[in-house]
Amino acid sequence: MSKKIITLHVNGKDREVAVDERESLYETLRNELRLTSIKKGCEVGECGACSVLLNGRCVDSCIYLTMWAQGKDIVTVEGLKDETNGDITDVQKEFIKQAAVQCGFCTPGFILKAVEIVGANKPYTRSEIKELITGNLCRCTGYMNIVTAIEHAIKHNMDKLGIPYEVQPATTSFDLPDEEKEKMLKDVLAMQNNDVTKV
Amino acid sequence: MFDISFLYEAKDVKDAIKKLTENENSEIVSGGTDVLIRVREGKDAGMGLVSIHNIDELKGIKQDSNGNIIIGAGTCFYNINHNEIIQKHIPSLGEAVNTVGGPQIRQTGTIGGNICNGATSADSASTMTALEADIVLEGPNGERIVNIKDFYTGPGKTVRDRCEVCKCFVIKKENFENYFGYYFKYGKRKSLEIATLGCSVLVKLNSSKDTIDDVKIAYGVAAPTPSRAPSAEAFAKGKKLTENFLEEFGEKALSDMKPRDSWRASKEFREQLIKEMAKRSLVNSIRRAGGKIEYYV
Repeated sequence: MSKKIITLHVNGKDREVAVDERESLYETLRNELRLTSIKKGCEVGECGACSVLLNGRCVDSCIYLTMWAQGKDIVTVEGLKDETNGDITDVQKEFIKQAAVQCGFCTPGFILKAVEIVGANKPYTRSEIKELITGNLCRCTGYMNIVTAIEHAIKHNMDKLGIPYEVQPATTSFDLPDEEKEKMLKDVLAMQNNDVTKV
Repeated sequence: MFDISFLYEAKDVKDAIKKLTENENSEIVSGGTDVLIRVREGKDAGMGLVSIHNIDELKGIKQDSNGNIIIGAGTCFYNINHNEIIQKHIPSLGEAVNTVGGPQIRQTGTIGGNICNGATSADSASTMTALEADIVLEGPNGERIVNIKDFYTGPGKTVRDRCEVCKCFVIKKENFENYFGYYFKYGKRKSLEIATLGCSVLVKLNSSKDTIDDVKIAYGVAAPTPSRAPSAEAFAKGKKLTENFLEEFGEKALSDMKPRDSWRASKEFREQLIKEMAKRSLVNSIRRAGGKIEYYV
C-alpha cells in the first residue's frame, strides 16, 4: 500500500509525515517522528502507556488511526514545558519529588493524564483522582505516590488560581486518626443492625 | 499496523453507505475501540474499513420541539456523560456510559458502536432498553426506525444490515420524564472491565412519593440480548413503598431471565446477581425519586 503524506500538528509544530493509512497513531509518532516517550503496552487500550493528548484529552494512541489525528492538536511528553521559564512542568517536578516513578514504563502516560487532570482547574480530591487515572496501569508503585504527585501538582495550580486546596495525607485504614476509626466502626455496626436511616 | 485492506474516510452518511455497498468485505468503524481490536485479534483481519469517525452530523445531543432527546450515534461516552441535557433528564444514562472501559476509551468509543456491536454486555444497552430508545438507521434503501426491543436478534447480532449506518437514537419524552434511574454494573474490577451483569432501573413514583406508578427494569448479560423483565415490572406497579415486595420483585426478575455460564461467571452466580441487583437498583432509583424505602444498600 502506498504511503500518503499528511500533516500532523504535534507539540505545537506542523510536521509532515509519510504514513500508511493502516498505521495507528503510536506507530507514526514513535517510528516516523521518534517521539519515544509513547510506549507500546497492551495494544488493546487497557494499560494507557500509549496515551497522548488529542485536543487536550487523553486518548489511547494504540487504537487510534493516524489518519484520524489530522487537524487535531497532539501533545506528548516531549512537548511539555513550563510556559513561563521553559523548565519542565509542575506535574513532572512533582512526579520526581514524590518518587512516583519506578520502572518508568507507565510514567509518560500517567504524566499526560495528570496534565489533563491539572488542566481542568478543578480541586479534585484523592478519591476523584484515583477514579480519573483508572485508564492507566502501573505495576510497580501501587499508585500511592502517583496520586500524591498529582495532588501536589493540583495544589500548585490552585495556588496560582487563588483557590484554596488542601493536600490530603495519604492514608490506609490502619493509620487513620482514632475518631475516623470509630466512625468506620459505627458504619459497620449500622450495616449489621440493618439501620436504614444511614444510606 | 492494522491488517485492513483499505481505510476510507467518509465525507457524510450517504458517502459511507455508497462505499459499504460497493465493497462487500468492508465494515463501519466509528470510535475504533472495538473494531480495531477485532482487527488486531484477527477476527476482522483483511476487512476494509469505512470510517465515520470525523462526520460531525453524527455527533452531539439535542432536544427536539416535542422534548424528545436525540443522541447522535457518533457521540463519545465522555461527551454523553458531560452533556447538560443528559445530566438534567437522564443522568442514569450518563452514569451507565461512564462505566465503559477507562477514561481514555470513553474519549473515543461511541454509543452507536456500543449498541450496534450487538453485545449483551454493552454498558449503554440495558439503560437504552429501559428507555425504549428508537434507533434511526440509514441504508441504501433509505431511512428506517427500529425500536431497541426489536433491534437485537442474538449474541452479537442485530437487525442492522452491513450497509446501514446508525445515525442517532431518539428517546421519547414520555419514557424519561418523571422517571428516576440507576445503573448497577457488576464486574470483578472497578474499571476497564466488561460487565458480569448490568442492571438498569427506571422508576416513576406518584405525586405523594409513596406508591410506584411505573417501573422499567432491563438487564445486560442476563440473557443473549439486553432484555427487560416484564413480569417484575407488572408486579411492582402500584405497590406501596411500605409493603414488603422487594424479595418477590427479585424472584420475578429472575424468572424473566435466561443467564448462562461463561468464563466470567457461572449461571448460578448470575442468578444470585439478578435477584440482588434488581432489589438494590430499584431501592436506589426509588430513593433518587424522593421515595423512602426500608432497605440497607
